[in-house]
Amino acid sequence: MSGRAGGVNCLEANDWVCGEYLRTRSQELTDATVQHIGITAVSVALGLLLAFPLALVARRWRGAAGPVLGLTTVLYTIPSLAMFALLTPVFGVSAAVVVTGLVLYSLTILVRNLLAGLQAVPAGVREAARGMGYGPVRLLFGVELPLAIPALVAGLRIATVSTVAMTTVGSVVGYGGLGNLIASGMAGFFKAEVLTASVLCVLLALVADVLLMALQRLLTPWTRAGGRAGVRSRAVAWARGRARAVKAVG
Amino acid sequence: MGVIAGAWQWLTTAANWAGEKGVTHRLAEHVRLSAVCLALACLIALPVALWLGHLGKGGALAVNLANIGRAVPTYAVLVLLTLSPLGRHGDWPTVLALVLFAVPPLLTNAYLGMREADRDVVEAARGMGMSGPQVLFRVEIPLAYPLIMTGLRSATVQVVATATLAALAGGGGLGRIITAGFGNYDTAQVVAGALLVAVLALAVEGALVLAERLLDPMRGGWRATRSAPARAEPIPAD
Repeated sequence: MSGRAGGVNCLEANDWVCGEYLRTRSQELTDATVQHIGITAVSVALGLLLAFPLALVARRWRGAAGPVLGLTTVLYTIPSLAMFALLTPVFGVSAAVVVTGLVLYSLTILVRNLLAGLQAVPAGVREAARGMGYGPVRLLFGVELPLAIPALVAGLRIATVSTVAMTTVGSVVGYGGLGNLIASGMAGFFKAEVLTASVLCVLLALVADVLLMALQRLLTPWTRAGGRAGVRSRAVAWARGRARAVKAVG
Repeated sequence: MGVIAGAWQWLTTAANWAGEKGVTHRLAEHVRLSAVCLALACLIALPVALWLGHLGKGGALAVNLANIGRAVPTYAVLVLLTLSPLGRHGDWPTVLALVLFAVPPLLTNAYLGMREADRDVVEAARGMGMSGPQVLFRVEIPLAYPLIMTGLRSATVQVVATATLAALAGGGGLGRIITAGFGNYDTAQVVAGALLVAVLALAVEGALVLAERLLDPMRGGWRATRSAPARAEPIPAD
């Protein structure tokens, strides 16, 4: 590998790492990254917007919880390529295919975590708020949701990281962000293009994860205070939540 | 409705099932690859996870592995492996990718299952004079069984999905029917292929749920009553 110093030769030699590729195709890379971020952001935002009422319905009516969770799990089981293929006749070849598919996947994780977070609010806290004269709406937004933020953000992080990875598959309909570069690199046997796009994709996922973690620290200052025992039990709960939510990324 | 009718017609045309590119051959490829790779992944991940869990070491590794597995796009790994020297050796890029992505869910869940096995019960088993292997096989593994199976199911969903994506990197499997359909602008074929993949994925998931119930080492007894509250609270079981 002649690497970054290789100049034009690394393009001719089809090296995995090629500085010349980064220089000459920077516009293409930027466009793909912007599309990738856009598709991911819109999908996760819509997923959150839909997950919220679904989690509330599942919590309010116990009978609804089974079907809601069951349906989202079934959707998660369907491989992404098949999901996009099934949505193509509905939306035509467009970004809507990819976004809809990704929204459906993110729902599985978001509904579960939101529901778990709301259900984990201690009954005593709820009682105290009611005793202070909180109505149902104020109780939800003022007490229950803030307490559910750690669980929600944990879900949001998993959903976002998975969505960043799965967006690449959108290249089958031409809306895969960095996945489009992976596809064209595959077609042209262009190693630098594939590796650069793949690395950027992983970096995007990591950056998104760190940003969401920072967001949670900002939103829940109270979790930083408290004794060791509290920190430990939260860490254990977090690890369990993650393990349960370990799901396919495809 | 025209699309559904078209897909139905595609599926009921005998010619589409026959031959190298037919459904029967692609389905066989898909199932064979998935089964072999899942078995390989289990052989690699489960002993490591059970051993680490038994010793109580390597927790960070187990959790981080799952996080990394999620952040890395399957599609990218498939294409990277195909372009690597490994790509000249037939199915090997697909096999390696399938195993790589099946290991994290298996390992993480089995490890956490072992760690979550009731410590009091494990201590009691030791106190009764059980040896290390006896504690492992007769106490910890039966207690960890639900999470081990959760991991197996996640890994299977992952493997079936990855085997579908292999088509994008020139591999075989049912995904090829979808990619060929996209290539020919044949919507009926795209939808038919997608339906086949979806049905396969759901059937496999259903079979595993059934197997999980039938093989439960503590079927019908202790687990149903004693550990129900603990399992109901964090994330509901499906």
